[in-house]
Amino acid sequence: MSWASWSEFIAMGGQGAYVWSAFVMCAVALALEPWLLALRRRNIVGYLRNGARRD
Amino acid sequence: MPMSISASLRYAAPQAFYPLAGRLAPWFAAAAALAAAAGLYVAFFVAPTDAQQGEVYRIIFVHVPAAWMSMFIYVVMAFWAAIGLALNTRLSFMLAHALAPTGALFAFLALWTGAIWGKPTWGTWWVWDARLTSELILLFLYLGYVALNAAIDDPRRADRACALLALAGAVNVPVIYYSVQWWNTLHQGASVSLTRAPSMAGTMLTGMILMAAAFWMYSIAMALARVRCVILEREQESAWAEAQFGGELQARPV
Repeated sequence: MSWASWSEFIAMGGQGAYVWSAFVMCAVALALEPWLLALRRRNIVGYLRNGARRD
Repeated sequence: MPMSISASLRYAAPQAFYPLAGRLAPWFAAAAALAAAAGLYVAFFVAPTDAQQGEVYRIIFVHVPAAWMSMFIYVVMAFWAAIGLALNTRLSFMLAHALAPTGALFAFLALWTGAIWGKPTWGTWWVWDARLTSELILLFLYLGYVALNAAIDDPRRADRACALLALAGAVNVPVIYYSVQWWNTLHQGASVSLTRAPSMAGTMLTGMILMAAAFWMYSIAMALARVRCVILEREQESAWAEAQFGGELQARPV
């Protein structure tokens, strides 16, 4: 599939709003999950690091 | 090979699996990125325009892999729940816990991309047909699993309650898969099945397989990263967990 121009690629034959909202939601969701996991990890690692003060 | 089986059983201990998961996760994440790059290239620059649907059909490259993963992750989650109940291995329950949020994510994405695809092709975002409704139930099962786990304070009781929910809900997976055959659904039948040759263009299938591989590798990477969090949270009172981060060393008075 070769697109004549960048704007034609974005337009997706007039159905760009459907195509891109599907793909963008996937991209957002699949970026959000590792980010939330990194926060969760920072939380528990920080807790374990402060073990001295807890004891 | 009984030697290697007994050697790998060593990793049934959360403490032993923790560093292994940490070593494996980046490789699965890298594989996911590579497969996604190749899959998106095929999806947008190789696969032709669909004769009937035009360009909107390209949603298939995320919709079908997301739907596949939402069902597959549930089966794997129910498998670990069953192993946990049968053998009372703590790591099995932890793996099931680690899979649930990723499964919920893919169930949500399957529904979201499906609704967006349904509007231009069926004329509606949503219809209560058997395929869509059973997939929605799958999302609720995942969310119920996560909520149940969070609601029970005693982790060992939470493990068992969640495992029972996962096993009971497993009956929904074949219902989703066969719903398009058992009932008269607006949703189309499978274009790719285990028993027939696929009824779609070769490049479309290639793109879909690549995206499915990307989502699969991503899911493994996320499950491994999350199970590491679960292990640390569960074992936070143990010496080895604190020693990972120097907590134990500081705790000892000099």
